[in-house]
Amino acid sequence: MTESRGTRIALKAATAFVLGFLYLPLVILVIYAFNSSRIQSWPPQGFTLHWFGEALNNPQVRTAIINSLTVATVATAVALVLGTLAALAVQRYSFFGRDTISFLLVLPIALPGVITGIALQTSFVTLGVDFGLLTIVVGHATFCVVIAYNNVIARLRRLPRSPEEASADLGADMFTSFRRITLPSMGTALLSGALLAFALSFDEIIVTNFTAGASTQTVPLFIFTAIQRPTELPVVNVVAFVLILVSVIPVYIATRISGGESAGKL
Amino acid sequence: MTTQTTPAPRPSPLRRLGTWLYPRQRLQLGGLLVLPIGGLFVVYFGALFILLLNAFWAKDAFTGQVEPFSWTVAAFRELAGNDVYRTVAVRTIGVAIAVTITDALLALPIAYYMARIASPRVRGILVVAVLMPLWASYLVKVYAWRTILQGGGLVDWAFGWFGMSGPGLDELINSWLVLSYLWLPYMILPIFAGFERIPRSLLEASGDLGGRPSTTFRRVVLPLVFPALVAGSIFTFSLTLGDYITPDLVSDAKFIGNVIYDNSTLGNLPLAAAYSLIPIVIMVVYLLAARRLGAFESL
Repeated sequence: MTESRGTRIALKAATAFVLGFLYLPLVILVIYAFNSSRIQSWPPQGFTLHWFGEALNNPQVRTAIINSLTVATVATAVALVLGTLAALAVQRYSFFGRDTISFLLVLPIALPGVITGIALQTSFVTLGVDFGLLTIVVGHATFCVVIAYNNVIARLRRLPRSPEEASADLGADMFTSFRRITLPSMGTALLSGALLAFALSFDEIIVTNFTAGASTQTVPLFIFTAIQRPTELPVVNVVAFVLILVSVIPVYIATRISGGESAGKL
Repeated sequence: MTTQTTPAPRPSPLRRLGTWLYPRQRLQLGGLLVLPIGGLFVVYFGALFILLLNAFWAKDAFTGQVEPFSWTVAAFRELAGNDVYRTVAVRTIGVAIAVTITDALLALPIAYYMARIASPRVRGILVVAVLMPLWASYLVKVYAWRTILQGGGLVDWAFGWFGMSGPGLDELINSWLVLSYLWLPYMILPIFAGFERIPRSLLEASGDLGGRPSTTFRRVVLPLVFPALVAGSIFTFSLTLGDYITPDLVSDAKFIGNVIYDNSTLGNLPLAAAYSLIPIVIMVVYLLAARRLGAFESL
């Protein structure tokens, strides 16, 4: 089937429209980061770099960034270990209930976050657990596991078994084979899973808002409270600007390691 | 002079464990599954179960605290007795459907263009261009729309040219617009992958058999890409159904998530727990249907 000239032009126009729609809000925020006025009206009043210094020296911003990085690192590490174990089980063994495992693992990300949030909050309250970084990590790990699992199992499906069998024939025990053969060939799958899990955790607010408690701030929680106070908006603009810039990094790494292979993988 | 032969080194404990485990398949499987599945059951399904229990527990009239194991259906009676809860549920589900349809309509042409018309180089650029906003922070994007929609913002300014003023930050339509924006890449990427998987030969066969392009699209392309569309819709539908931050920040109209969150912090936990059964049931039915339609292979 070849598309007619008219169809092609229409599709091109639609593509341009969607891209414009996707980027308009990001561009607007980037502009506002340099707005000299405290008031967010359009068009902006003038140009300044003043707010960058203010954001840099804001202690709340610093604490929030450190907390977010800590939580995302731990949640990603937990997710990688658990996701890899589950993927190895599902891909390498046949057992009753195997098909159900993917379904169960996908539930924490497919069920609305508000459910995960209130379920964990209720349980922590019922069991008397104190809120803090640890409770945030638990919440994030539940939905990050499936990210690692999806990436690893996709890779395992395509890996030939023969190198592992050769390794076993040459006398390596199963742990050595895993460490020397399987793990290295999963490297990029683990990296892209880790990237996505880290980004999801760093960005999470729906569940975090339930499991953080009153005194712990993450970057999204900081933005959430700050944007409701008009005086803090210029600082939020700068944080937003930096976050938009930083989101280029994972996209760059992801396209480099996968060559587009897992581009459609969520 | 005597030559000494070193005895074969005793195998390491790990190695002996590996050898012992080798024929024991069930045990290997158990060892692999105990942490991920055990953890999932204890933390996630355990938490869901406690939530379910709370829906059937009474709360103390004075302190607002839940009294464990005091069985009652008071929360459900309260939900059924107040029309507000039905209105909010219908509104949330309605917006979730509207967002899903909007995103499907926006995603189909760009995904088709990316997969079938663009040159490999342009395709690569477009994939990155769609991925970038996906990785940008959720709250940053909602905040951006807040600045655009609020009084004196870009929309107000644009409407001003026609002597009108923008909708401000009160209208339900804002939630529809912003949520459609937020989840659009989640719809584009699976559909793009779905289009890419369709072999060209099928389309040529359809053409050879006399199918016009529009017929081929309707009878061949759409059915083949449908599982991918369903996969994308899981995200657009579920994420809308469970959001309470965006509705809170860009409009006045409450969603199911707002009712759940507000009641959890104000202390009517049984009501929040009972109300959260609505999205749980909807999503489990949705996921089971999606699995039947083959959407899980397209995730």
